[in-house]
Amino acid sequence: MTQRSFELPVVGASGRVDHPAAAAAFNADVARTEWHDASLWFVREKRDRAASTVPGWEELRARASAIKEHALTHLDEYLVQFEANATRNGMQVHWARDADEHNRIVHGILSAQGASRLVKSKSMLTEECGLNPYLEARGIEVVDTDLGERIVQLRGEGPSHIVMPAIHLRKEEVGDTFHDHLGTPAGLAEPNALAAAAREHLRQRFLAADCTLTGINFAIAETGGFVVCTNEGNADLGMALAPIHIASVGIEKIIPRVEDLGVFLRLLARSATGQAVTAYSTHVHGPREGQALHVVLVDNGRTRQLAREEFWRSLKCIRCGACMNTCPIYRRSGGHSYGSTVPGPIGSVLTPGLDLDRYATLPFASTLCGSCTAVCPVMIDLDTQLFRWRQRVVENGHVSLAKRASIDGATRVLDRPRLFRLLGAVARIGLRILPAPLARRAAGVWGRTREAPVPPPQSFRAWYRRHRGGAA
Amino acid sequence: MASSVALFVPCYVDQFFPHVAIAALTVLERLGIQVDVPEGAACCGQPAANAGFAREGHSTIARFVDVYAPYERIIVLSGSCAVHVKQHAGEVAAHGGHADTAGAGVAERTTEFCSYLHDELGVDWIAGLGATYDGRVAVHIGCHALRGLGLAKPSELQVRPFDKVRALLGAVRGLEIVDLARPDECCGFGGTFAVAEPAVSTKMGRDRLRDVATHGAQALVSTDMSCVMHLDGLARRERMGLPMYHVAEVLAGTAGAR
Repeated sequence: MTQRSFELPVVGASGRVDHPAAAAAFNADVARTEWHDASLWFVREKRDRAASTVPGWEELRARASAIKEHALTHLDEYLVQFEANATRNGMQVHWARDADEHNRIVHGILSAQGASRLVKSKSMLTEECGLNPYLEARGIEVVDTDLGERIVQLRGEGPSHIVMPAIHLRKEEVGDTFHDHLGTPAGLAEPNALAAAAREHLRQRFLAADCTLTGINFAIAETGGFVVCTNEGNADLGMALAPIHIASVGIEKIIPRVEDLGVFLRLLARSATGQAVTAYSTHVHGPREGQALHVVLVDNGRTRQLAREEFWRSLKCIRCGACMNTCPIYRRSGGHSYGSTVPGPIGSVLTPGLDLDRYATLPFASTLCGSCTAVCPVMIDLDTQLFRWRQRVVENGHVSLAKRASIDGATRVLDRPRLFRLLGAVARIGLRILPAPLARRAAGVWGRTREAPVPPPQSFRAWYRRHRGGAA
Repeated sequence: MASSVALFVPCYVDQFFPHVAIAALTVLERLGIQVDVPEGAACCGQPAANAGFAREGHSTIARFVDVYAPYERIIVLSGSCAVHVKQHAGEVAAHGGHADTAGAGVAERTTEFCSYLHDELGVDWIAGLGATYDGRVAVHIGCHALRGLGLAKPSELQVRPFDKVRALLGAVRGLEIVDLARPDECCGFGGTFAVAEPAVSTKMGRDRLRDVATHGAQALVSTDMSCVMHLDGLARRERMGLPMYHVAEVLAGTAGAR
């Protein structure tokens, strides 16, 4: 078994995700942190260049947002319309209330046909549902065929990014993994050679597969068809070869009309990787001859999120990953530090809705700088939603007593200007007269890496009273 | 009796950076604006709210609304506090004898120092200050000032470029602005983020400082002293020797005077 290059203490003793601890562990390797940050910033800059070539980019974002908001507020109609049209197209449509029901449906389709070898293209939904371990425990061989997904699958890890699942790994680490699992020469780390080895390995799996599973980027209510966007052609190879095709989709991926596609396809790849369009945008409007085509519509908490007035707009997400690439915290803490299928800013607004106590640190893994909101192709107000989740975390008591006490204390001081002035003077004098090491200790976590401000002899208020005779 | 323009000096500026508030007051007065700095509100309530304690911080912003309700213009000496007031003062219900709409009115009438100078007085008027500064500086616009108040075009947006802070500093003779590799990367302060996520916060600040240093800036000029408190704390710990100023200090001609 491959040794993982590094382990992050994502989940603390309490069973809660501890983002600060995982991020600190990630940052312990400064070189890795800088390389990870630079890799993602490179993608962000590529996105900027791609977006700049599209006249009316901001109008396109606004249009995409409006289409999604319309679709989400009429989801009941569009889902039923999609089901009717997809059924007419020869697809079998299934409804899954949650992850478990989804997994049972997929397993049911496989076992009814005696299928035991499944090839999958990228599907964050099946990661969310824990499909792979569910099927493997029932004797199904599951092979992720997206290169990045396959790498992390071989390593026994989850993806660290929704578009670039193995972005946390260096090519040497991929070489070691392939040496262990695919028998490539030890020390081979040349990307083209590694890709060729993966292609050879995956081709055999494609040819042997008796079922393929893909995600869906856009399900079109009007036509009952759907679109799958990939760069590697792996979804297409699976669909072309396997006698059974299962497409799993979250219910929020519905768009009303085929003409809406033009809006989203122009935004998706440019936002995700800075490409004008994904290498493959495959339109599926029915099964191949002799093929069985199943669509599984999955809720798994989405209707609950839709019912939340403060957070329903997070469901506009088209899973481009731009908010991760731009997030200065994600870039410097890595996707695994979020302990959530979807990391980064969008993960931090989606995941707390599933289990607020477990994911209570995620809304705080942000400076609220707002870059995510500005980059989002469907204009999700991510920083506002992070702010709101923070309020819900505190209201529901998922915050330490110490923190609550310190905020209560600070508020009491800030609400009493005279007390504030007195304590300010004490602190300023204290910082002036304490020896540097003691002052650092007094400054606590702040003082570990930063000097405290140099305290001035008097506050502005004191100066103002003296020089402007402020009305006291 | 109160004049129609008030300056709000945030709690940390009052305590740690009085020279910045003095510079801002000086600039406004030289420009012929009669300014009040009323007592009674030390804070806008943002620190508590961003930590998830908006409910607990409510009394603080209510007090802010109370104190500033009589003024026609409220100039906040921090982009971050200004955004908080603009976004949340409207949630304050009737308080202290004011009308129910007092909070919304305060939100509406609140602006930030650089925005006020640029939008309401204009760069030509600012040039009349005759400020000089000899040297190359990097500009750090706080994220809330940038994206929340629109002080400059954020790098994400595909709109016509503009930068109000550069425009103001363009009126300073001898001052040269260097371009950074990442023009608007967050510094990593983020209020309680600085202590809740110290590893990432520190790394963000150090990366920002490296960008500034490698582009040959001799000083950093910012719209927000909260960013500066963090960046300057890191820079002094690492003995970088990088002075940092608020825009107001440069315009008042007091940058480098300390």
